[in-house]
Amino acid sequence: MRPLTEAETRAVFEKLGKYIGENIQLLVDRPDGTYCFRLHRDRVYYLSEKLLKLAASIPRESLVAPGTCFGKFTKSQKFRLSVTALDFLAPYAKYKVWVKPGSEQSFLYGNHVLKSGLGRITENTAQYQGVVVYSMADVPLGFGVAAKSTQECRKVDPLAIVVFHQADVGEYVRNEDTLT
Amino acid sequence: MAAVRVEAVLAAAEEQEAEKRRSITVEKELELEYDLGNLLAVDRNPPPAAALRGAGQRREALLRALARDNTQLLVSRLWELPAERAGGAGGPLVAQLPEPTFRLPREKPPPKPRPPTRWEQFARLKGIRRKKKTSLVWDEQAKEWRRRWGYRRAGGDPSRAWLAEVPAGADPEEDQFARLRREKRERVARNELNRLRNLARAHRAGSAVPAAPLHPTGHQDRDELRRVARVARVSTASLGRFQPRLPKESAEPPSRSGGKKRRFEPLLGNLAAERSRQLEMLRDMGKKKPVLDITRAVNKQMRQEEAEAAAANKGKKQSKRGKRGRRQQRPGRSGKKSGARRQPQQQKPAGGGTGGGRRKKA
Repeated sequence: MRPLTEAETRAVFEKLGKYIGENIQLLVDRPDGTYCFRLHRDRVYYLSEKLLKLAASIPRESLVAPGTCFGKFTKSQKFRLSVTALDFLAPYAKYKVWVKPGSEQSFLYGNHVLKSGLGRITENTAQYQGVVVYSMADVPLGFGVAAKSTQECRKVDPLAIVVFHQADVGEYVRNEDTLT
Repeated sequence: MAAVRVEAVLAAAEEQEAEKRRSITVEKELELEYDLGNLLAVDRNPPPAAALRGAGQRREALLRALARDNTQLLVSRLWELPAERAGGAGGPLVAQLPEPTFRLPREKPPPKPRPPTRWEQFARLKGIRRKKKTSLVWDEQAKEWRRRWGYRRAGGDPSRAWLAEVPAGADPEEDQFARLRREKRERVARNELNRLRNLARAHRAGSAVPAAPLHPTGHQDRDELRRVARVARVSTASLGRFQPRLPKESAEPPSRSGGKKRRFEPLLGNLAAERSRQLEMLRDMGKKKPVLDITRAVNKQMRQEEAEAAAANKGKKQSKRGKRGRRQQRPGRSGKKSGARRQPQQQKPAGGGTGGGRRKKA
């Protein structure tokens, strides 16, 4: 386990910024405690100082996961956000997409969101903007990338993809073995 | 009948002869340039177009024929050189090659310049230049020109000096001759030590410092330039910690061990400092984003116009002046007086607002 280098921190913040914008400050600087990011086996974890001190005394081979995993660095040093970060993205998300009850299941199985399944979308969403996907009952289901801007969403035909799927809570069941 | 057959046979035989001769005569537009000293022949004829393009059997065959022709020409020239039998009558025939005219490039890299010695560095710092000394000095005693040092030097042979004055503050019991000998031995030893030190420094520096000069010459390859740039960055008072970086350079400072060992921050280091560093990084990242995002501005404009259009359509039933009415009114309003005034006013907003709104989103 080690702290992130400057380049790694920059990569993580850029990725998070795509979904929550300048609200990352609220993650870094929390009033209820000191939280930090640590890297363990190429995965980025978000944990409190208290937990960090406890985890520091566990040998590296035995440590499975300290704190919440936000994502991992691939072999070519690109940062990939995983669904376990959803709890921290959802409250601070800037652009949200609500999905109709009929196509919730489709999204939870890993498919993209089509125009026919789109319930609501935040105004001013740009194309390829990171969005967090909710059900109509405001339950966060996952996150993705907007395939079309809000303007275009109005004019496009019902079978076009409006949100590219990136992660959903169904992965907790599907990828149980590889998720940390 | 027989005559025809004989003629045919003769013609065939002649053709065969010509074939054989053709194999040793080669026709070329431009003569080749020969450097027989290097066994070199340069063919400046443009190659057939089919030999340049693509790959395949035909190209291979053409190239092979070209090589064969040129080799034939070179060999015929070599046969014209004066030759003799080496090692007596039965030995091999050896041609005497002329001097080579073509300058071959260096085989090994040029020698690196030696780093300056301690004295040379000091002299350069102080601006001391070499005073040219004459090799012969006038000796008053011998009344002739003698060497400055060495065999029969100008001041007389130092080993035959029979007088050694006791200097003012010295011990009267001390042996001056011994002192002179000892001092000479010490001087020689010190000189030798400095010479060896300079050699060692040159040897050590030769393996570490890049031979390339620190300014770009245009003949350096990418790795050399990268190495030189790294040296240049680190040559500041703060060892390159605050140097601005190029957009594509990595943000990490170059490690002293040359990338063999990575060093990280301690796990439980100063968390407050880490937090402030991260906040600063966030602030920097936020500053870099452009203030005006063109696509968003265009989208906003489009949305505004759509809203206006919707409102106008709703109010169309109520008044005659709808969207169309308003559009028709504008050119009517610019009369003779206000026409000249309107023109510059209309052009400016047309560029930004209406033009941007009417433009279809790409």
